Amino acid sequence: MPRLVSHPDEVKVVSKRFGQGAANIDKYIELGGYEAARKCLAQGPDWIIEEMKASNLRGRGGAGFPTGMKWSFVPKQSARPKYVLINGDESEPGTCKDHLIFLHDPHAMIEGTIIAGLAIGSKMGFIYLRGEYRYLLEIMEKAVADAYAKGFLGKNIFGSDIEFQIITQSGAGAYEVGEESALMESLEGKRGVPRIKPPFPAVVGLYGGPTVINNAETIATVPHVITMGGTAFAGIGSARNGGTRLFSISGHVERPGVYELPMGYNLKKMIYEVAGGVRGGRKLKAVVPGGSSTPVLLPEEIETLGMDFDQVGKAGSMLGSGGVVVIDDQTCIVEFALRTISFYQHESCGWCIPCREGTDWLKKSLTRFHAGFGTAKDIDNIRYLAENMMGRTFCPLGDAAAMPTLGFVKKFRKEFEDHLDGKPCPFAKHTEMAVV
Amino acid sequence: MSAETMSIFSPKVAARFDALVEKYPLRRSALVPMLLYAQDEIGYLSDAVIAEVAHRIGLTELEVRNVATYYSMLRFKPAGKFNVQVCTNISCMLRGAYEVYEKFQEELGIGHKGVTAYGVFSLEEVECIGACCWAPAIQVNYDFHDDLTPEGVPGILADYRRKSGGQ
Repeated sequence: MPRLVSHPDEVKVVSKRFGQGAANIDKYIELGGYEAARKCLAQGPDWIIEEMKASNLRGRGGAGFPTGMKWSFVPKQSARPKYVLINGDESEPGTCKDHLIFLHDPHAMIEGTIIAGLAIGSKMGFIYLRGEYRYLLEIMEKAVADAYAKGFLGKNIFGSDIEFQIITQSGAGAYEVGEESALMESLEGKRGVPRIKPPFPAVVGLYGGPTVINNAETIATVPHVITMGGTAFAGIGSARNGGTRLFSISGHVERPGVYELPMGYNLKKMIYEVAGGVRGGRKLKAVVPGGSSTPVLLPEEIETLGMDFDQVGKAGSMLGSGGVVVIDDQTCIVEFALRTISFYQHESCGWCIPCREGTDWLKKSLTRFHAGFGTAKDIDNIRYLAENMMGRTFCPLGDAAAMPTLGFVKKFRKEFEDHLDGKPCPFAKHTEMAVV
Repeated sequence: MSAETMSIFSPKVAARFDALVEKYPLRRSALVPMLLYAQDEIGYLSDAVIAEVAHRIGLTELEVRNVATYYSMLRFKPAGKFNVQVCTNISCMLRGAYEVYEKFQEELGIGHKGVTAYGVFSLEEVECIGACCWAPAIQVNYDFHDDLTPEGVPGILADYRRKSGGQ
């Protein structure tokens, strides 16, 4: 069972029911559950969307798109059925927050999905979990069955004349399926390759119908926004970044864990106070702020950095999925870059050539480099390759591979140079790194 | 196909598949989970599995293979009864995943995608499994084991050996 952590600076909104047995529907109701859905049923779609807009809730999957605005793009009238699709394919390295929501608060996921359905006028929602999360899928399936038994899902939800169905779905191992259009392909029983946009999912999505796709954390946050009111939720966070965020803090810290902190919380404090500082009293070398696809930050860049979409963007990186990976001074950045690119090479679906070829060449170059067979020209070649992947693919996987690579090369050029001329890696433990 | 007479799956799984295809607006949506559940029962996607899944969904076998080859959890030859999947992605790597992976290789005497004698264990180096804050982490089949050390590896294997009757 994953360990739960806590810290006095936490503001527990999404995680407030963690560890309280809320996977049990009666317990969830006792803790105030399903009240938000009832309220939304009474208030209607326009009210829901206004509350969501006022909340400044932005998508927790990584792009940070305002949720209320996303919902408002779905046409009111549609010849085809509309759908809500919840993305629980959580696979960005460094991120394990949805894992805890599925485990501790599956009904929040259902309630948020119902509310999204009411807002856009959909009768069907899908909750897609990555294939590795089988035990969590079973928890979700039980929760959905319990919600049907209580009449919260079905033909007449909460005794109204409104219908809403939820279907849970398992993936079978694919990072790429976390991209929204690839996710729809997978749910339609196909290879998870991305679709070209436009049309956007809000217009033509799942089975050709207008579709809203939200990250699992986003949707689990929705009932809390309704309960406390959009404006109050917005008040917890920083400007244009409403509420709290589940930060998955991992790597070289004393107390790794998923901590819920207000948007805009200082990154340095997050590492040194919330997560207990760098393990073994070592020095901080670098931080990956939002999952492995986000460019690395140096210690001097985190001093006053507030963790919200806009501030991290201004610092040249991204808040991404909120996966904070802390790296100490005993770590080889070239090895870290190699392990990062090996992942993207493995996960590239092969649909777009710049990504398929680019990730492969980057992996080959970095493997050779780390083994001590690099040349000075390789450093610029790595940079050139990565720069030419950016923005040239259907989906963001190409960027996700290129961005961190560029960050490593730019900010740690000296460390790359230290590997040149047949010199062994100064930190080497795994020079013959096994490769997936 | 009459599920009772023709299916290669147990009656329970066959019944589950009968219901699964009816669940979605489009029958084909059952494909990915059906392949995974079929693999859970049979051990891998054998020719017979592909043929029955194709028939149940109404696709050609080629279409099913085309989809199946995309997903990394799906396999076309048997794994061990206990498939040990060691995550070595960044968060796990920083906390010693390669040392854990090496220990598994040493204890089991196999490498990536190897299978031990009598098919008890198989070993795989895998990508992020979503347990980054409890790293290094592994999955044995679908069960997670968190906060591992190389020293803890023999104990984990011994527990599974006991479950398999001491082999």
